[in-house]
Amino acid sequence: MSELAITVIGHDRPGIVADVAEALAKLGANLTDSTMTRLRGHFAMTLICNGPAAPDVEAALEPLAAGGQLLATVREVRPETGAAPAGEPHLMSVHGADRLGIVAAVTRVLAEAGGNITDLTTRLAGPLYVLIAEVDLPPGSTEAVSARLNEVGAGLDVDVTLRPAETDLL
Amino acid sequence: MKDQLGGWTLEALGEPGDVLPVVTAPDAVLSRAGAEVDPTDPKVIRLAADLIATMRVSPGCVGLAAPQVGVPAQVFCVDVVGHPKAATVHGTFALCNAKVVEASRWRPGREGCMSVPDLTGDVKRAGRVVVEAVLPGTGASVRLTADAFEARALQHEIDHCSGLLFLDRVAGAHAVYQRKVYL
Repeated sequence: MSELAITVIGHDRPGIVADVAEALAKLGANLTDSTMTRLRGHFAMTLICNGPAAPDVEAALEPLAAGGQLLATVREVRPETGAAPAGEPHLMSVHGADRLGIVAAVTRVLAEAGGNITDLTTRLAGPLYVLIAEVDLPPGSTEAVSARLNEVGAGLDVDVTLRPAETDLL
Repeated sequence: MKDQLGGWTLEALGEPGDVLPVVTAPDAVLSRAGAEVDPTDPKVIRLAADLIATMRVSPGCVGLAAPQVGVPAQVFCVDVVGHPKAATVHGTFALCNAKVVEASRWRPGREGCMSVPDLTGDVKRAGRVVVEAVLPGTGASVRLTADAFEARALQHEIDHCSGLLFLDRVAGAHAVYQRKVYL
């Protein structure tokens, strides 16, 4: 059984999720993890599914993409192997005037510290750019990473806040 | 130290204030920690009156802090009168140099801000706070206990006075939303 990574993006309209999910269901593809969201009027789906071969899925999605309204890609991926390195969950907020390179600069700081981003969203609201990231950081590194982010943020004229995320475990 | 507002009324501020323009992010003044103020300084008293006047003409506004009118100072006003989610209601008031000294009953809630007009976000705040501050005009020290919506408003405004926006405290990567309803 193959594991597939599928992306679908197109101008938002009612029925995109239903159309794509129906095409996959007909092939016996089992959706596992996915995110589906609207980004400035475009609807973007990223999903992992198990079951059919990649060419079959491509063929099934082709009619949806035929009108040029949706762009779909299908790739076979290797199943998850082992657990990701353990880190301490943090939340990073970045906001400031929109300019080129904000995401690149702040995420480079995280990467250099061995941080692993697990979720990230950005929004442009008028002149205001906002980035919120969930990142696992090596134990004990919060202060150093925070200081470096503040330096880089100051250079970009953006505010960066890094704080430990709550781990509500029962 | 007086418990609650100790009989403070808007009369302590003298003449009604002026409506000031509200600045929006990414204006740098919103990111600066406000300076402590002298609550009996006529300029501070005037600022408190202006904040209240500006809050009153702004639909849905339940609080406004000095940085939001371009002044990096620890002064803000709050008014949750009539709000359906309010429990404690201390009326219309302004505070200077306020600090949260006790916080408990943390819970999430959706917040917006006049200085971030197009976005809202989920923020965990204390559902009960004790705030120590001084009152503009009289200069009296007060210790205020607030809960529910009023506690949230106080924390939001005290954050403004420290140069923080709700965006600095949102609960996760998917906890910021495009505003759907403008009040």
